[in-house]
Amino acid sequence: MIEVRELSKRYGATVAVDGLSFDVRPGMVTGFLGPNGSGKSTTMRLLLGLDTPDAGQVRINGCRYRDLRWPLREVGALLEAGAFHPGRSARAHLAALAASNRIPRSRVEEVLELVGLGEAGGRRAGSFSLGMGQRLGIAAALLGDPGVLLLDEPVNGLDPEGIRWIRGLLRSLAAQGRTVLVSSHLIGEIARTADRVVVIGRGRLLAEESVAELSARSASLEEAFFELTSASAEYRAASDPEGMRS
Amino acid sequence: MTTTTTATTATRDRYRFPQVARMEWIKLRSLRSTWWVLAVTVAGAVGIAVAVGLNTEDAAADLTNNALAGISLGLLLAGVLGVLVMTGEYTSGMVRATLAAVPNRPLVLAAKAAVFGTLALAAGEAAGFISFFAGAAALPTAVPAPTLGQPGVLRAVVLSGAGYCLIGVIGLGLGAIIRHTPAAIAVLVGGVYVAAQFVAVLARPLMPYLPVSIVANSLTTVQPLSDGQVHFLSPWTGLAMLCLYAALTLGAGAWLLARRDA
Repeated sequence: MIEVRELSKRYGATVAVDGLSFDVRPGMVTGFLGPNGSGKSTTMRLLLGLDTPDAGQVRINGCRYRDLRWPLREVGALLEAGAFHPGRSARAHLAALAASNRIPRSRVEEVLELVGLGEAGGRRAGSFSLGMGQRLGIAAALLGDPGVLLLDEPVNGLDPEGIRWIRGLLRSLAAQGRTVLVSSHLIGEIARTADRVVVIGRGRLLAEESVAELSARSASLEEAFFELTSASAEYRAASDPEGMRS
Repeated sequence: MTTTTTATTATRDRYRFPQVARMEWIKLRSLRSTWWVLAVTVAGAVGIAVAVGLNTEDAAADLTNNALAGISLGLLLAGVLGVLVMTGEYTSGMVRATLAAVPNRPLVLAAKAAVFGTLALAAGEAAGFISFFAGAAALPTAVPAPTLGQPGVLRAVVLSGAGYCLIGVIGLGLGAIIRHTPAAIAVLVGGVYVAAQFVAVLARPLMPYLPVSIVANSLTTVQPLSDGQVHFLSPWTGLAMLCLYAALTLGAGAWLLARRDA
């Protein structure tokens, strides 16, 4: 269970997250949607205590992140842009993280196999493709067998087979009763995997409801998303062909 | 009742220094750069010791200090490695994985300092002892070689290793303060080496307090050094001063690390 309350964060003059409140419940996949620059990644960093909010708070299983006793055993996170050193092997990267939270060394091999990096475990992570880096990030998130998973854009760089794999993985993690929050800008992907959605724009909450409820607002989930975010999209190309010509 | 019991167990059963230090040790040893930088550092110090030894004519000189001449050059690499231990985390994004695993940031820096400091100390002692014996062996037959049993000799050799460790920790602290590799290295080189050149000319009385001077003229000396104008710090005062610099840099790094967004 994740509870976000009145969370605000600004970087200089830019307001990234603005009075954001929502809940992420266990036993289902919650999609975290928003246009580029809407504050998804900032929120993820605030959830993990990597950035300090200017106001508001986050509770994970009733605890502040920094008070977690064995953080990796309670929360597993995949952050955008590989959070690993390119000179270190995938195996050493995971072994180091495992040691910090007293996770058995055997778990490293397990997660490497699980994400399909069993063969590549000894290779320097810097030699990995985008998709392999993503798999390593997912392995790190699963390392502590956590009850809460935060995945920022997990399908980035994955091939179709990988995308299908992660879809199944997320569904099964939720079916085991875990709390799963997945951010994405791919609405189709969220429509296929998520049960609920949290939609934000310009750092504010736009909707927090089931996928079915949101889809019912318009012709499709995608249409509903565009209607919801049209007022708050920060970066959007001109859609008016007349405007293009002038 | 139940809650109180759980809370007590909770505070005890959590990540602590040993786990964090283990993580940092795995991280440090799994980067090839750690080993080759240390190897170059030791090899460089020994090479200079041999060169100085071969060219020694004055038997009355501080031959131990001469044999340890390469130590102060190798220091730079120890300092740079210390910088990289921290800035490498930022460059790669690894810092987010590290701090998500261990949200207690001062504890992360303390573990890094302990693990890297120990490795730098070991490399420094290796550099010190190998340099001493190689430098002594390279002396011309006319010059009697110093031995570890002579007063102050063992101290000079052992403290040269401490120099590596402390300059390395200063580098680590600078890395935590500055976070960008080139800028942190520039400050390290500027603060430790370039500033020494200016001080030597413009503010000579401050000379004994500079880190590089402490290692070269206090820690690694057998005979007290003085050039008429300035008296260099005694070995133990020098060591204390260097410890103070390392503690201040590391403290500032920990303070900033705990307060800034990662």
